[in-house]
Amino acid sequence: MALSIENLSVRLPRHADREYAVRDLSLDVGDNEIVCVVGESGSGKSIMASSILRLLPEGVTPEAGRILFEGENLFGLPLDAMRGIRGARIGMIFQDPMTALNPLHRVGDQIAETFRLHTSLPPAEVRARVIDLLGQMHLPDPARAARAYPHELSGGQRQRAMIAMALALEPKLLIADEPTTALDVTTQAQILSLIRELQQRNRMGVLFITHDFGVVAEIATRIAVMRHGVLVEEGSAAKVLEAPEHPYTRELIAAVPSLKPPSKEPLQPLGQSVLSIVNVSKTYRQKGRDVAALKNVTLALRRGSTLGIVGESGSGKSTLARCIVRLLTTDSGAIEVDGANITAMTRVEWRKNVRRVQMVFQDPYASLNPRRKVGDLVAQGPLIHGAKAADVYPRVRDLFALVGLDPAAVDRYPHEFSGGQRQRIGLARALAMEPDILVADEPVSALDVSVQAQVLTLIADIQRKLGLSVVFITHDLRVAAQICDRVAIMQGGQVVEEGMAADVLVAPKHPYSQALVAAVPGRKWHAATDV
Amino acid sequence: MAVLKSLARSPSAIIGAALLLLILAMAASAGWLFPNDPLSLAGRPLQAPFANPRFPLGTDSVGRNVAAQLFYGARTSLLIGLISTIVAIVIGIVVGALAGFYGRWIDTALMRVTEAFQTVPSFILLLLLVVIFGSHIGTLALTIGVVSWTAPARLTRAEFLTLRNREFVQACRGLGMPNWRIIFFEILPNALPPVIVYASVVMAFSILLESALAFLGLSDPNVASWGNLIADGRRVLRTAAYVATLPGLVILITVLSISLIGQGLNDAMNPRLRRKD
Repeated sequence: MALSIENLSVRLPRHADREYAVRDLSLDVGDNEIVCVVGESGSGKSIMASSILRLLPEGVTPEAGRILFEGENLFGLPLDAMRGIRGARIGMIFQDPMTALNPLHRVGDQIAETFRLHTSLPPAEVRARVIDLLGQMHLPDPARAARAYPHELSGGQRQRAMIAMALALEPKLLIADEPTTALDVTTQAQILSLIRELQQRNRMGVLFITHDFGVVAEIATRIAVMRHGVLVEEGSAAKVLEAPEHPYTRELIAAVPSLKPPSKEPLQPLGQSVLSIVNVSKTYRQKGRDVAALKNVTLALRRGSTLGIVGESGSGKSTLARCIVRLLTTDSGAIEVDGANITAMTRVEWRKNVRRVQMVFQDPYASLNPRRKVGDLVAQGPLIHGAKAADVYPRVRDLFALVGLDPAAVDRYPHEFSGGQRQRIGLARALAMEPDILVADEPVSALDVSVQAQVLTLIADIQRKLGLSVVFITHDLRVAAQICDRVAIMQGGQVVEEGMAADVLVAPKHPYSQALVAAVPGRKWHAATDV
Repeated sequence: MAVLKSLARSPSAIIGAALLLLILAMAASAGWLFPNDPLSLAGRPLQAPFANPRFPLGTDSVGRNVAAQLFYGARTSLLIGLISTIVAIVIGIVVGALAGFYGRWIDTALMRVTEAFQTVPSFILLLLLVVIFGSHIGTLALTIGVVSWTAPARLTRAEFLTLRNREFVQACRGLGMPNWRIIFFEILPNALPPVIVYASVVMAFSILLESALAFLGLSDPNVASWGNLIADGRRVLRTAAYVATLPGLVILITVLSISLIGQGLNDAMNPRLRRKD
């Protein structure tokens, strides 16, 4: 047994929302297996992982239990001995490789640091080992990667460098805390297969923390499900994925959207376009270099339908969304709302038309002004355009009810709401303008999977009730499958494929769309449960 | 409210507030305790403190009541401090907000002007302005404000640079909100806390600037001020040290109290330092 956690309880500081971050948790990680700990935000999974290396934040203290690593109780060790274990016998990788690497040191030097700290190898030997390691991570040019600074590598390459650093001294245990969450889906697939390959070759134990059941299905040997600091279910991957026992596990699995679009009644085939994007291009000028964000994009949105725009980071999907609501100007081409080209409007004309296209933003924490009451935030739009407060505020209460919030909550401030509730407020703010077109920019990507499902259902309901047309930007093909009628796949500023969601996501034609669909984690597992 | 509560728990803010209250009480009671003009000749020059019950803190080199000058001087100093701080913060916020929000050439132009002001030592600039515009007490408050706005401007600009790209700002633009409303009603309230904290530094510094001017004999000679008293005491420093020492002490207390309040505000407004209990 590489690691065994026995009856661990970790206490939170006073005035936290609960007393214990982790409560009476016991979990084993074998010498040659990948144990996935799954949970939503606030489940205590990350605190559990940090307590193994005794890297808990200030004020958070382990209160009871033991953590045995190769038979030794880590809680009993003096700090010096603990340092000998960190990085050498237990490796750790984190969610964001950019912040975990020091931006001022070369990647190779940072990996070499591990050898210098824990071994007395001569410098030439260290250098050779570093390059060898980077080669094992399948980096195309290991010598060049070693010389590079973190910002010169892509996100996936940085995460490979992090893994190289964690595995430099061939630890018996690797702790991976959401290592692929910040990565694009195709990169995520590569990193997951790399972790699996290295685990099998080094025969080490891996404790893999994630919120994503798709990722779990890809990689886990065993699965532990956590909720509110308590382990609710544990078992082999096959058992937990196919026959979950605990209701919470079932709930979580049911909330993972299927990649297969649900069969909907077909739309009126001849529904008019309410939005036409014709040959739109946009180029950013950065440090003298031109970066093409959009290249001749042409798309149409039919009234009352949902168009999904799917792509990885840098595909131009967010730029396109911002052009549609005129937060960005286009270089060429036309964006027509009901036949009127909004890119050609003057500022005054646009202000008269602004209500027709409204946006819901990605980040529930940054998209609401923290110093305004939520009712005022929703009322703001109509008030700017001359509506009377006496007319607007009753409508705001109605809107709160429509998006599933208590109308009495209008007097509260944004920080009193959860992420999902804030997205509902953002939606109410957009709806207050009575738009024809709603542009939703990754509205659920910052939310837990169960909340995500609720918000998606809400958007679909409201769309049906109000006859809205929706442009839905997402990186998540599963989400796109659930909500979109048509899907456009973007890569490098271009639309590479567009069609009915059922066609594009089930039988993609373009090689890039095929790669994207193939990279969706847990695809085979869900395909099995769908049938 | 949370800020006020946490301010009430900060020892430095409490001490600072108590000291400032003392100075405020001096300013408020000056007219009632000393009904005569503080600059009128009251008695024999250079009477030591506590020697004559009519002059508890003695008289200066021309026979004016030191205590009366100290009390009236509190009015002058606080007035100068308040007005010049308001002037400096208002200019600083407007310049910083416009530069930070619009960026591009507006930012470049405004920041060049700011740098031009910063490269000249503020006291030299102040001397120049006083020579040009004279040293009436009102003018003085304005000019001190005019030489102190650069730091608040840079601070505001830095806050605006991070806030202008937040999604809530984009949401406001998406609603068709005019820029001036976004700048002053949406972003500014979020950018204000560090600027308010810095205002205490500006206030303490402008009180010092006025005293320094008076020490050089360039402040308004028709108003009782601590700096004027020090300038007068300088000539008799070896025989009657109290004339210069007493106002010096009061300046020290005032500046200290404002700095302590600023320190407390900084702790209270910084959520990471705010203790939750």
